[in-house]
Amino acid sequence: MLVSPEVVLLSRWQFGLTAMYHFIFVPLTLGLSALIAIMETVYLMTGNEIWKQMTKYWGLLFGINFAMGVATGITMEFQFGTNWAYFSQYVGDVFGAPLALEGLMAFFLEATFIGLFFFGWERLPKLGHLIVTWLVAMGSSFSALWILVANGWMSYPTGAYFNFHTLRMEVINFKDVLFNPVAQAKFVHTISAGYVTGAVFVLAVSAYFLLRNRNVPFAQRSMTVAVSFGLASALSVVVLGDESGYLANSMQKMKIAAIEGMWKTEPAPAPLTLFGIPDPKEHVTRYKIEIPYLLGILATRSFQEPLLGINDLVAGNKERIWRGIKAYDALSHLQQNPEDQHAKILLEHYLSDLGYGLLLKRYISDPRVATAEQVDKAAWSTVPGNIPILFWTFRIMVGCGFFFIFLFAIGFYLSTVRRLDRRWFLHIALWSFPLPWLAVESGWFMAEHGRQPWVVEGILPTFLGTSSLSPTNLTISLAGFILFYTALAIVEIYLMIKYIRLGPDGLTKFGDTT
Amino acid sequence: MIEYATLRIIWWALLGFLLIAFALTDGFDLGVAALLPWVARTDVERRISINSIGPVWEGNQVWFILSGGVLFAAWPYLYAVAFSGFYFAMLLALLTLILRPVGFKYRSKIAHRRWRFTWDWILSVSGVVTALVFGVAVGNVIQGIPFYFDQDLRPYYTGSFIALFNPFALLCGLVSISMIVMHGGLYLSLKTENDLQHRALRSARWAAGIVIILFLLAGVDIVYGVKGYLLTQPMDPGSMSNPLHKQVGEQIGAWVANFMEYPLGWGAPLLGVIGALGVIILPRKLSRFAFMLSGVSIIGIISTVGLSMFPFILPSSTHPEASLLVWDASASALSLSIMLVGVIIFLPIIAIYTAWVYRILRGKITSHYIDSNKNSVY
Repeated sequence: MLVSPEVVLLSRWQFGLTAMYHFIFVPLTLGLSALIAIMETVYLMTGNEIWKQMTKYWGLLFGINFAMGVATGITMEFQFGTNWAYFSQYVGDVFGAPLALEGLMAFFLEATFIGLFFFGWERLPKLGHLIVTWLVAMGSSFSALWILVANGWMSYPTGAYFNFHTLRMEVINFKDVLFNPVAQAKFVHTISAGYVTGAVFVLAVSAYFLLRNRNVPFAQRSMTVAVSFGLASALSVVVLGDESGYLANSMQKMKIAAIEGMWKTEPAPAPLTLFGIPDPKEHVTRYKIEIPYLLGILATRSFQEPLLGINDLVAGNKERIWRGIKAYDALSHLQQNPEDQHAKILLEHYLSDLGYGLLLKRYISDPRVATAEQVDKAAWSTVPGNIPILFWTFRIMVGCGFFFIFLFAIGFYLSTVRRLDRRWFLHIALWSFPLPWLAVESGWFMAEHGRQPWVVEGILPTFLGTSSLSPTNLTISLAGFILFYTALAIVEIYLMIKYIRLGPDGLTKFGDTT
Repeated sequence: MIEYATLRIIWWALLGFLLIAFALTDGFDLGVAALLPWVARTDVERRISINSIGPVWEGNQVWFILSGGVLFAAWPYLYAVAFSGFYFAMLLALLTLILRPVGFKYRSKIAHRRWRFTWDWILSVSGVVTALVFGVAVGNVIQGIPFYFDQDLRPYYTGSFIALFNPFALLCGLVSISMIVMHGGLYLSLKTENDLQHRALRSARWAAGIVIILFLLAGVDIVYGVKGYLLTQPMDPGSMSNPLHKQVGEQIGAWVANFMEYPLGWGAPLLGVIGALGVIILPRKLSRFAFMLSGVSIIGIISTVGLSMFPFILPSSTHPEASLLVWDASASALSLSIMLVGVIIFLPIIAIYTAWVYRILRGKITSHYIDSNKNSVY
């Protein structure tokens, strides 16, 4: 039975929207938890009460954000099972383990100690409370590690093999899954991006106070922490982003070709396209502004190795689909008779292309009887859709990345010469507020959409991963998510603004004795 | 390396352990939330109630998140079939699980009567609905749900959302609600004083009585009314996980067979009843002990379900031969072993720091405490 295209489309929209919504809160949790831990450390070392006030105030904003991060994270965990049942079953043996370990090692730590962070000020000695804060920060970073081990595996599925008895992927070498180079690069890139988000948040809110001449000592100190921490993180984001790009070229050539709008193979070393308008119909990118050699050097770290363009990659994939059909045929024989030695040898031989054979299931339920025309269509389906959007999201992300280095470098300079009161800088800092979110959402969109049509690169096409739900079910649930999440966002933004406006001065004025 | 069959039993037991840990910890959070507008009448009383679970609910909820992760990793077939099959029920549970943290966090951030009143009811309903959905889900698992696999092992669920709410499943849902109300009421009575404490304890006792009646009623139905499942041919407990290679029969009363064979198993339902009975008869001074007994009752009730179904974990009512068993629905031996190492290392650590956090936070929540921390507490 063919999977209905509406089900695939709706499931992808639902997952994409809920994941991007979740990732509004995650980077801020990562960044603020680290910044708060740093502030509290300074409090312990100096004994100056203002650092305690900073820890508590940023902690309060952190709390408003954290609740949403946790809540929307549960959706993600549910959704693999509810909407991607076949995916869950096909790769759960590999993909599930990091998620379970995330709960055991990271989320438990974070969630258990977060209560003490808020409620333990009077019950714990200073050092005890500081340790609690660091545990929360570590928990959230560990959490990111495990999630990215799982996510990285989808881009570069190493350490696993296809078991024809159980018709799924199973772990064969967990060390490879854990120390997956793609996952490691993604992890550092992603948490650094989270730290940048937290730093820009603190910077922008502090700039808001300074522009209104409120909480001046508080805001200046917060800014100093934000620019130093932010500068280090922003540099790390860009360097590790480059590492991700290099790795992506060795594992996911199509993704690189797509985000570069590179239709034809360029002679080595390929130029880097700064600007252009990709035209997916005519297979050209118009009005290009290029920097010669740069992409080839960045992506291959050599002067000789050529970068394959989309047209050549598709031709190569067509060959893999033909081989994939043979793998599928051998698998069908083994399902009839698991002892068929000949089929076992054939499956072994063609196994690495089985996923490519499965691409045909979009058009025909039995890939073995596919026509040459269908193979051709399937080969072209390996090009991710919306190349212009991929092209631009990538450039937005990179542009923001360089902007943050520039912003924090200026801030760092101003802070060392004690001129954080420059109004032009405060205005820039305030208006930078939304940029980290623009950057991280663009980055994730590019990373995940650029992997299409695969949910697990080369192994399982996305359309096969769905649950057997009806389009009506999905329309209802998608509409429900949009309504519910919009309502939550309104409440969250309202509270954030309320407590930012109130400020640390407002909080001490009406309320707490501590 | 441990034998595959043994690993499967360990992971079956671990799943049970995690679900029980969830019911024991997050159970009282749900119970307190459910009771909120009923037993706590003034704003201060309501804030006391919320703050009694304020610092711990987040950690408690991770037992559920971890159960989900373990289900995914150790029992991928079960995770795939149950979550996609119970689609709207799962989304409903999700909705309530999201509203709860948001409610705790946001309720007291604005000092407006209607704002707080609305959140109080949202919290209460979310506590009840979460418990109801989980109970109903278990009720359906016991009866078997309509699903099958095609030759690629792609699961298809053929039932409807409304059909989930059948009489037996609703009965299980009510058992679940009364369980968390009993547990939450006792917890609240331990953490509070005066009127609020008394009202909480009274609710817990009533709930305990209902637990006993409904649990026994469900038991009678299991023996005389509900169709159970059994293997009609012996199977290799160490075989590769493929749920299409076995013969399964259906029979009313089959879920009692395990107890007949191993009479020690009767201990589980017995504890379920005795624990709840203890809650009713113990005097107020022994509330702490009563809280433990309520835990014993919950352990007994959840274990009863697991033991009576073993080795089944999710029977198919329309295609019994596609039922999921401990022996054919697990992850691979290697994956189970690796995660077991993780569990052996981290579960004790989690237990230690969780116990430490509870110790730090011990003592009652008073109105004085709420008054002097207006902005920083829930």
